Amino acid sequence: MTENSGGAPLVRLEGVNKHFGPLHVLRDIDLSVGRGEVVVVIGPSGSGKSTLCRVINRLETIDTGTIVFDGQELPAEGRALARLRSEVGMVFQSFNLFSHKTILENVTLGPIKVRKIARQQAEQRGMELLERVGIASQASKYPAQLSGGQQQRAAIARALAMDPKMILFDEPTSALDPEMVQEVLDVMTGLARDGMTMMVVTHEMGFARRAANRVVFMADGQIVEEGDPSVFFTQPSTERARDFLSKILTH
Amino acid sequence: MEAVVDELPVILGAFWLTVKLTVVSGVISLVWGIVLAAMRVSPLPVLRGAGALYVNVLRNTPLTLIIVFCGLGLGTVMNVQFSQDDLSLNSFWLSIVGLSAYTSAFVCEVVRSGINTVPLGQAEAARAIGLTFLQTLRLVILPQAVRAVIAPLGSLLNALVKNTTVAAAIGVMEAALRMKNLFDAHGDAIIPIFLGFAAGFIVLTLPLNLLSGRLAQRLAVAR
Repeated sequence: MTENSGGAPLVRLEGVNKHFGPLHVLRDIDLSVGRGEVVVVIGPSGSGKSTLCRVINRLETIDTGTIVFDGQELPAEGRALARLRSEVGMVFQSFNLFSHKTILENVTLGPIKVRKIARQQAEQRGMELLERVGIASQASKYPAQLSGGQQQRAAIARALAMDPKMILFDEPTSALDPEMVQEVLDVMTGLARDGMTMMVVTHEMGFARRAANRVVFMADGQIVEEGDPSVFFTQPSTERARDFLSKILTH
Repeated sequence: MEAVVDELPVILGAFWLTVKLTVVSGVISLVWGIVLAAMRVSPLPVLRGAGALYVNVLRNTPLTLIIVFCGLGLGTVMNVQFSQDDLSLNSFWLSIVGLSAYTSAFVCEVVRSGINTVPLGQAEAARAIGLTFLQTLRLVILPQAVRAVIAPLGSLLNALVKNTTVAAAIGVMEAALRMKNLFDAHGDAIIPIFLGFAAGFIVLTLPLNLLSGRLAQRLAVAR
């Protein structure tokens, strides 16, 4: 199933179902993500992509099924859940940087409060990460003073600061002005190249082609098709995927 | 006017007691009110229920009743004593209990409305980096929530300054009770004494309003 995972997958979802009231948003989802693998999830809006992303660190609970992360079933709550979340980075569509803290404080909060790393050390590492995403000069500013692209890169640095085993990206470029999309995708492509395990919900087909090991296509809460990006984009095997691709790839 | 000047040290002493009542019960109310707000947004139904019950009872009971209960119920019947030999110190602390119990219910609701101004994504991001519920509340939500409600908290403090006069009901010699005593002693100067005390309260509350307005602007969180 996964090409480059040595041994057990990092994440395994089995028979996962989730309802929002009468809406069946995830239907019998079976999915594995191997270590170092980059999985891109695409599909029409309302297909359950974001929910799929959010159940992996339990920002959404599931009704039935199991999710195993790094050999352990997701804890239901409490400290065990907090520990799991500290190992799974998350990048949101709307950045969600802490508005009352500077960019550097955003990046160091987790390491200091969760990992109990000394402030000075955390700040040094934080600056390195901000350097890596190209916004070290903005370290002492507040989120509202930055452009969307800069904020999203700061959010990626915040996720990286926890040394996560995996990062979930929930439509990371959907709220950005067009000219800022590329700078964020560049950072993500760099991460993929460096071997970070990633699950990316996105509409950026260029990124999916370039960086993904596997594309998962979802519709109506189900995984309709998955496979190698080069195959998926040129010869999708389902009518649903062909229909979706024809709508987004024509322009 | 002469009476006011003559009695100035007494009047200032009474206002000093008003200030002490305000500051002590203000600090206790703020802390206890924030704890109550945390209870009301907690994931545990028991805490949420207890918080809601407390707020709804205390907020809907007249302060005079609460203060009188503290003086007679707690002080006399249940024999809660803060000082064995100093009666006025004892009633001072009993009235602090009443004022704090009452004001904290309002602080709770103001802080809770502040929590509602913080976008959900802030809490999600905090949980996503592994902060516990209490850390999320303390490090991310409350700092933003409190900054959003500094002006209404200022109004509560303003109300508290004036509410301290209810402590007169159990014999605390704050400004209102002292004014009444001065009326008895200077029957010919009731109006000047009244104006003097009214001015005293305005001197206390007006700067509070200005300060909280200024502070609210300074500390506003940009989004």
